[in-house]
Amino acid sequence: MEQKNKFNNRLGIWGWLSGGRYGLERYAYSLHRLCGLGILAYFLLHIFVTGSRIDGQGSWDSAMSSVEGIIFKIGEFLVFFAFAYHGLNGIRLILTEFGVFLGKPKRADFPYKQSTLRQRPVLLVVMVLAAILTIVGGWDFFIAN
Amino acid sequence: MGENPNMDTSQAEEIVKTVTYNVLRYDPDKDSKPRMQRFQVPVPKGRTVLEGLIYIKENLDGSLTWRSSCRMGVCGSCGMFINGLPRLACQTQILDLNADEIQIKPLPNYDILKDLVPDLKPLLEKHKYIHPNLVRREGKEIDGLTGEFFQTPKELENYIQFTFCIKCGLCLAACPTVATDANYLGPQALAQTFRYNTDTRDEGNQFRFDLIDTADGTTKCHFAGACSDVCPKGVDPAFAIQLLKRDMLLHKLHIKRKEKGVPILGKVTDGKRMKGVPDAPEKTV
Amino acid sequence: MLKESTYWYLFLLAGLFILVLLSIHMTIMHLDQLLVAIGIGSGDVLKFQSVLARGRQSFFMVSYIILLGAALYHGLYGLRTILFELNLKKGLQTAITAVLLIGGLGIFVYGTYVAIAAKMM
Repeated sequence: MEQKNKFNNRLGIWGWLSGGRYGLERYAYSLHRLCGLGILAYFLLHIFVTGSRIDGQGSWDSAMSSVEGIIFKIGEFLVFFAFAYHGLNGIRLILTEFGVFLGKPKRADFPYKQSTLRQRPVLLVVMVLAAILTIVGGWDFFIAN
Repeated sequence: MGENPNMDTSQAEEIVKTVTYNVLRYDPDKDSKPRMQRFQVPVPKGRTVLEGLIYIKENLDGSLTWRSSCRMGVCGSCGMFINGLPRLACQTQILDLNADEIQIKPLPNYDILKDLVPDLKPLLEKHKYIHPNLVRREGKEIDGLTGEFFQTPKELENYIQFTFCIKCGLCLAACPTVATDANYLGPQALAQTFRYNTDTRDEGNQFRFDLIDTADGTTKCHFAGACSDVCPKGVDPAFAIQLLKRDMLLHKLHIKRKEKGVPILGKVTDGKRMKGVPDAPEKTV
Repeated sequence: MLKESTYWYLFLLAGLFILVLLSIHMTIMHLDQLLVAIGIGSGDVLKFQSVLARGRQSFFMVSYIILLGAALYHGLYGLRTILFELNLKKGLQTAITAVLLIGGLGIFVYGTYVAIAAKMM
């Protein structure tokens, strides 16, 4: 017999971001998705802003001056970080999603190290590299310029 | 309770501490939404979260409802969301949680039937959808089996890890995609797809690839890995799904295709005995 | 209609293209001071004259168009994946695919026109 008044306990979009004390990979996934959406939004805007260059120098200069403020600079820096992370983590994902770094299947005798832990060092390398790139980018964006 | 010597708790081990159980309650006949209820539970060394629930039912509130059976991590009934992670209540010791308050909710991403009882029907339906059985082109091989299939221990090793799934459903509770998407096949079903596809006795690869190569199949797995983090049996569903993705690609590129399953061995006596292996003992029945 | 996995493989492939091209793009445009510091940049990448000069080179025109196409496919397919995980009805899914496809093609045509027009300037 089908029970009628069941309570829907689906976590919803909140479940993409959090939902429990899971491993690092689940939060790497959330950040990857967030960065991807950020880059996409910037990219669509970017096409039209830089498209103004075919209307001559005046049009280009006015487009550039409209995106000159500190807010835009911080926004651009965030996009730079997003690309660094999304790209590096993307390489990790392409490899791991085809089984690289995950080892071979074998009988799980406890204590047992699951695949996420076996590729964890790669994720840590990705994060360190992304941090280094972000620092270099920060120097270029805010100090050198 | 005291009359049954087996159930006598008066002589039980020393109570180490008392914890607060904060348990989700939902009665479909009365409540429109769930509420939380607190209980004080004394904890001797080694008491599991499930035993704590049994203590509440016996001593504090007989109406508390949950699902459990074997109380030793084999049946997969008592999956619950305990202090921030989906876990089996029977395999989680209260003292291991290192907390004075234990929050217990039914597994997320399933409908709640009552209190701590989730509706696992979607899980089981998805499991059935991928045909979790040996598929042979010649059905009579399975229906009127005349002998054993030939399979080496090495071939068994390639998938045995994934056969330990007990359908407890923790993986779907952990999966971020399932958090919004009811149609996604989910870690359990996809891991079992890999398990049967990798079985050398099976001939259903192409058949199952067609079943899962939809917008609701492997492409919705983004290797968040939470399913593997919570699996109580070391099945490692995320691992199986990534290997499944690789096999799908190799199959598509004609690099690695399993066209035919292993043959059925003839009579037991048809095999060649290795040197030094003694005869089987006489039958006793 | 191709199988879903085929679209996904293209999505990964596009991602690899973007990784190479966007890395070059980001280095030239946003790490400009670093390039100056190691002695291979001029530092005025956003001046109209240097934008114009880059646009006239065939290498930049071609790589802009490839980057545009790959990034649009990768980004919009990614967006579609995210939207499809919201448990939408089949009809709405088809509508989303159509909107993203037509919108993406429109932006691609516009961007390609800009890249070619900039080459002529």
